[in-house]
Amino acid sequence: MAVTTTQPPRPASGAEPAPGGRRSRGRTSGIHGSRWTPYLFLAPFLALFTVFVLVPGVLGVWISLHSWDFLLPNKPFVGGQNYVDLFDSSSVQFESFWNGMKATAFFVLISVPFLVVLPLLLAILLNRRFPGRTFFRAIFFAPFVLGVAVIGLMWAYLLDPSFGLVNGLLGAVGLPDDTAWTTSQPYAWISLAGVTIWWTMGFNAVIYLAGLGDIPPDHYEAAELDGASAWQQLRYITIPGLRPVLIFVVITTILASANMFGQSYLITQGGPGDTTRTAIMVITDLGLSQYRMGEASAMSYVLAVFLSLIALVNFWALREKK
Amino acid sequence: MRRRNGPLFWATLAILTVVFVGPLLLILLTSFKTQSEARSVPPTWIPQEWTLRAYDVLFFQDAASPVLRWFANSMVAATLHSALVVTVCSMAGYALARMEFRFKKAIFAGIIMTLFVPGFIFLMPNFLILDQLGWLDTIWALVVPGAAGAFGVFFMRQFFIGLPKELEESARLDGASPFRTFRSVVLPNARPALVTLAVLSFLANWNDFIWPIYVLFSPERLTLPAGLSRLQGAYTIDYPVVMAGAMLAAIPVLLIYSFVQRYVIEGVASSGVKG
Repeated sequence: MAVTTTQPPRPASGAEPAPGGRRSRGRTSGIHGSRWTPYLFLAPFLALFTVFVLVPGVLGVWISLHSWDFLLPNKPFVGGQNYVDLFDSSSVQFESFWNGMKATAFFVLISVPFLVVLPLLLAILLNRRFPGRTFFRAIFFAPFVLGVAVIGLMWAYLLDPSFGLVNGLLGAVGLPDDTAWTTSQPYAWISLAGVTIWWTMGFNAVIYLAGLGDIPPDHYEAAELDGASAWQQLRYITIPGLRPVLIFVVITTILASANMFGQSYLITQGGPGDTTRTAIMVITDLGLSQYRMGEASAMSYVLAVFLSLIALVNFWALREKK
Repeated sequence: MRRRNGPLFWATLAILTVVFVGPLLLILLTSFKTQSEARSVPPTWIPQEWTLRAYDVLFFQDAASPVLRWFANSMVAATLHSALVVTVCSMAGYALARMEFRFKKAIFAGIIMTLFVPGFIFLMPNFLILDQLGWLDTIWALVVPGAAGAFGVFFMRQFFIGLPKELEESARLDGASPFRTFRSVVLPNARPALVTLAVLSFLANWNDFIWPIYVLFSPERLTLPAGLSRLQGAYTIDYPVVMAGAMLAAIPVLLIYSFVQRYVIEGVASSGVKG
């Protein structure tokens, strides 16, 4: 049996044929085979990683420094002009870009608090001991396994002002049944936030649940012996015990909400007016429908910088305080 | 948290169950309604007149919306994508967990850092790279680029680190090559992690929306989610047909989920605790 390095079974296209190790007879050098072995194991992934993550990461910056129209042969270098234009109120893209940024920021503000708090309550509920716990956990997580296309189409119908079952249900219990859920404000925002909460709340709840499982039960027992109320237990045991998980949830939820695209695209089509046209909708429409990739890339980097700053601020604000 | 669970507790659970399951059930019921019943005011809950018309239209009557073709495209793309992710990520994750080599720390840090880079900055450059490769409007646009994500490598590495070393040691002493050890000893013991990663990748690919709507152009090459958004435009008032389409996209993932929900949920949970 050969003890020298073997080739990976299915080298990904573009993987460099690493010089195979005839020099080592295996067993002696390190844990595994020749010194090339680790690189052979890494090669398929690193090839993909290079082509679809590292190169695009740099290429994106390069595009943003050009007037890059995918359909035109000439893509003149413009330096930082695409970025300058985003901050110049007389430029063509200024208004639509900042309108999109504003819509995205607003959606983050109205959705994230609910997506942080409601799943925590749900997780606390599910953290009790009761028969069928796994079953209910699976039920509440279920909407999350569906794609945004399914969610979007189904809620577009359920929220329809005339034929939708949401207004139908409201009418059946004697409430106003003519709310224009998708075509008037503030109802369009309420709808988009509500749908998103319904869709993704189970995801955050499951993350909290895993964190709750790591809090030793005897902390609660001791607190109860001391006569601590449910609120005090939440305040002084649960929340401090969940701190790292909480940071993770807050930051990933902000990023997820800032990436909002499909819900607006399918439920409100960015309307009424342009009110729910998010930054990602503006960027993809400009870059991938109109093919004006230079400006769109610049926009995507500005948005990314904003998001990194927000993530850092949150990380700093929620960190363990001495 | 060891108080008894009273009626209020069970009532809350029951209400939440209706809130989470109810909308899906109503959509399923709507897909069996006639077009006019789906537009009746006030709306009906259970179809007065059950019909398979929407599914007949969806599958057989509309050549401009080849829904079964979209279904097959989605199935093939998600399966290939999932297989690719599991293959490359388990190999890379194993090297990073178990082997010593130069630049190991730097390579791992470089991969992990990209977990924090928002995906949308790759949209335009990856579009251009697919164009260069000639992969726009092909299945490879769906299968390959997403497999370069850092999550799978991180996930597999964490799993391999927790695996006892003894089995590999004895395989090595028996003279098995590193790759043979990996394939015949390590992978069989990594089944739960491999299933989790395979299912999560399949679901993510099946559900992806923003990427396929921009990199696919020909009607017959669309995936189901991308096709559904066209269907919504084509059947603006024929709700049962659109809802039948939504069900066609929902049912396979709900089925998979119902069989492996533990793997899915625990995979997701571990991403938060370890991340």
